[in-house]
Amino acid sequence: MSSSLIYFSSVSGNTDRFMDKLGRGGDRLPLRKADDPLRATEPYVLVTPTYGGGVEGGAVPKQVIRFLNDPVNRSLIRGVIAAGNTNFGEAYGLAGDIISSKCRVPVLYRFELFGTADDVDIVGQGLDAFWQRLS
Amino acid sequence: MIDKLKLVNHVEAINWNRIEDDKDVEVWNRLVNNFWLPEKVPLSNDVQSWNTLTEQEKLLTMRVFTGLTLLDTIQGTVGAVSLIPDALTPHEEAVYTNIAFMESVHAKSYSSIFSTLASTPEIDAAFRWSVENENLQKKAQIIMDYYQGDDPLKRKVASTLLESFLFYSGFYLPMYWSSHAKLTNTADLIRLIIRDEAVHGYYIGYKFQKGLENASEERKQELKDYTFNLMFELYENEVQYTQDLYDGVGLTEDVKKFLHYNANKALMNLGYEAMFPKETTDVNPAILSALSPNADENHDFFSGSGSSYVIGKAEATEDDDWDF
Repeated sequence: MSSSLIYFSSVSGNTDRFMDKLGRGGDRLPLRKADDPLRATEPYVLVTPTYGGGVEGGAVPKQVIRFLNDPVNRSLIRGVIAAGNTNFGEAYGLAGDIISSKCRVPVLYRFELFGTADDVDIVGQGLDAFWQRLS
Repeated sequence: MIDKLKLVNHVEAINWNRIEDDKDVEVWNRLVNNFWLPEKVPLSNDVQSWNTLTEQEKLLTMRVFTGLTLLDTIQGTVGAVSLIPDALTPHEEAVYTNIAFMESVHAKSYSSIFSTLASTPEIDAAFRWSVENENLQKKAQIIMDYYQGDDPLKRKVASTLLESFLFYSGFYLPMYWSSHAKLTNTADLIRLIIRDEAVHGYYIGYKFQKGLENASEERKQELKDYTFNLMFELYENEVQYTQDLYDGVGLTEDVKKFLHYNANKALMNLGYEAMFPKETTDVNPAILSALSPNADENHDFFSGSGSSYVIGKAEATEDDDWDF
């Protein structure tokens, strides 16, 4: 079973930094509409920040919506990891919940900002176990 | 006091159709969408609950809120405004004016709480306390000094530490009351403030990192040392302030964990790794869940055993749902 990761990170780069610390590679979704879109070719876990801070929409970054709008990409997602900030209350990691219910995949983990060393350990071990369970 | 604060010396008509940094628009929209006023929160529903608090608990709550009022006043009147002259884009300047105004809304909202729950003499006494408390005044003075300094990036560091760290000895208390089903409307209002401060800290921290991008290694090291030194200085004072307030009700150690947890997040907003180890940041779960109901371990697959995790009910979606 593959262990592919696809992620989005805005120019502030928090999620990118988390991915870097995780050290398992991963394909970054393009920032701009004009950029070539990314096509998933194998099962993957999506890592995304949560936007907004409110519960009234806008939590999932547009670039992630654009990516998931492609039925092929949507069919290959196996789980989602959401970044956020507990300051946003019930909207903490909301992008994960929205994608989870729309794509019927579990929220695997939430972390804040670019994650602590502990978050990196938990996600690394969690992903290994998760892919094994699916294989 | 204001001798070193300067105004922008050249202004051009701001064109929101020419954007240099998308983050400016994103954060502006976020702040506007999150806009709120204290009048929308039914604070008077807390009167009955307020009357169940002991005199000591009432006094503590009043003092905590005047302490927060002082920080919001500083940030609205000096902090956010002091960042304007060094903004990299005109849109960044506009975002700071939004932040400054919202801080004034926050400061005013504590007065709404006071006028709903307390008498005029109690309110006046609490404000008097805020002027006389040494550690509160020291905290204000440390930050004010840096705002008046010459280094724009150091101002951003001080501002981010205020937004993302210094408020939390105060924010703890309404979360504590909320976890005991007390002052729940007041807690709702404070949650709105907490939400705003997260966006402020994120944005100012982002602009700090942006400003560091092209700096020399030497300069980067200087700012890193400065940040950690300032954090230690503020932390030491914050511990004193926390003891002053919370020793009487036996909550000091619990508050300190909340301080460590938020200090780490403040550092992350500035792009630095967390400083306090896991053993010192294990915030009381009741406080964490008063802050965010999604923060506990049963909301994801990897935490704890994972066995208690239940996949949410899937919505039937059409392809159209995904069309943006």
